[in-house]
Amino acid sequence: MAITVPRPKLNWRERSYLPAIVAGLAITFKHFKNMLLGRTKVTMQYPEQKWDSSLPDHYRGAPALVQDEDGRVRCVACQLCEFICPPRAIKIIPGEIPSADRFAKVEKYPEAFDIDMIRCIFCGMCEEVCPEQAIFLRKDYAITGFTRADMVHHKEKLLEIGGVMHGVVLKWNEKK
Amino acid sequence: MSNSIDQVFVHAKQWLLSSLTGSPGWVVQVASILINIFMLLAVFLTLFALISVLERKILARMQNRYGPNRVGPFGLFQPIADGIKMLIKEDIVPARADKIVHFLAPVLIAAVAILTLGVIPYGRNMTPFTIDGGILFFFAVGSATELAVFMAGWGSNNKFSMLGAMRAIAQMFSYELPLIITALPVVMVVGSLTPDRIVAAQAGYTFDLVPRWFVFTPWGAAAFVLFFVSGLVESNRTPFDVPEGESEIVAGHMTEYSGFKYATFFMAEYIGMFAVSGLAMTLFLGGWHAPARILEIIPSYVWFFVKLGSLLFVYIWVRGTLPRTRIDQMMNFAWKFMLPMAFTCVIAAAVWHYAGRGLRGWLWSFLVIAIVYTALSTLLDTGRKLAPRVYRFAE
Repeated sequence: MAITVPRPKLNWRERSYLPAIVAGLAITFKHFKNMLLGRTKVTMQYPEQKWDSSLPDHYRGAPALVQDEDGRVRCVACQLCEFICPPRAIKIIPGEIPSADRFAKVEKYPEAFDIDMIRCIFCGMCEEVCPEQAIFLRKDYAITGFTRADMVHHKEKLLEIGGVMHGVVLKWNEKK
Repeated sequence: MSNSIDQVFVHAKQWLLSSLTGSPGWVVQVASILINIFMLLAVFLTLFALISVLERKILARMQNRYGPNRVGPFGLFQPIADGIKMLIKEDIVPARADKIVHFLAPVLIAAVAILTLGVIPYGRNMTPFTIDGGILFFFAVGSATELAVFMAGWGSNNKFSMLGAMRAIAQMFSYELPLIITALPVVMVVGSLTPDRIVAAQAGYTFDLVPRWFVFTPWGAAAFVLFFVSGLVESNRTPFDVPEGESEIVAGHMTEYSGFKYATFFMAEYIGMFAVSGLAMTLFLGGWHAPARILEIIPSYVWFFVKLGSLLFVYIWVRGTLPRTRIDQMMNFAWKFMLPMAFTCVIAAAVWHYAGRGLRGWLWSFLVIAIVYTALSTLLDTGRKLAPRVYRFAE
């Protein structure tokens, strides 16, 4: 089924193309003038202005480990996040909590907890799978480093991002 | 008072040369030439740096964004950053390229562009290189640009370079003709090829109000528009940047150039733009003359650069507005419209001269241009029968 595109019949004014050119020049000059007068809203100047304050609560930034009110790392080194992680960014070395410890009942803690931020895809599956609500995706998004080693978040860094989480069960809240 | 400010650069040069009194004549002459060359390069390379950043900023504002605004105050040090980047980049010469030609092309194009700047009067008594056939010199030297472009395209041994160079040759030759022929009526009316005398002929005011610039005559206005469009093509600016149309042939003749050689091409293009604008001002916009009698207090060179700045703004404005033309449309436009119109300007100028250069001449030459324009546009229009555009396999 062939389609014939109609060619518009131009009158002599349109055929000279001059009004169109002048109109185009007028439009660009209007933009130029509005920019100079500061009437045009352009864009956010990123490093100076940031959108941190307007990030939603469910924003998925860098994953982080949290501590509870007693200062204990909530993670019990069950390694579920390590298994679920689609790009395999998480590496956990579990350690045993000695029986004399106050939290001996917990049995395990992560001796090392590394998240390779080059691999991380911010999917949030680790947060979803965690039975202890120990890992959360926080609002940090500008993760940079000069080497590949810089881009691996170790346990200290993860705890620093995570901070202290209050309350017992957040998992079944509406947003999280 | 105003006269001494006007002549401050001339006096400064004379003062510098006076320290050489007693030396043989040729030493003084060489020193004078060297001072001229140094000043030209200093002024126009600074202007190039300034315009390259201002162009990006103005263009950005026309397209509702900020241009470069990171380096220095308002991003004005951007050219320094660009220059450093260009200098430390690797200079790649293709293995199969003609090494000598590949190297010489940017050198030649820059040299030619700078040479053309020499004959333009920048102010009262401020022509760096005063010769009788200044206009002739400008066009003779300026047309060597084509050679340099073709050297770049041929020497690179690359299909895109070659295509770009061929396009450049085609368009530059086609538009060189209207460019030269539109300069002809001015030369005819003034009776001289010397830029200084052309500028001097545009002094004074009609009824003490309108300056006697040639752009205010019908043939001058038509010739100025034609000259400006040809200048756009000659300096490879949008909407006529077909030779380096990056969506079609990478970067045309500059494809195989990198680092500082590429920057040299870029610089030559801008300097060529300044030169063509400078010549357009000399021929039609009264050169360094002030637009009104009371404004003559302001020195002549300031007026020159104010006019140059406004013309460059128009260049940038046009670039921000119009899309690239197709090569066949462009060539048709050159041969079927620009060239006959350029000849009409010559005739209209003759009519203007013989009808007494007054109101009567004004009307008669306007009539000539109007008749030819109408006839030409009607003829060109009826000559084109377009076939219906059919999409056979469209649903």
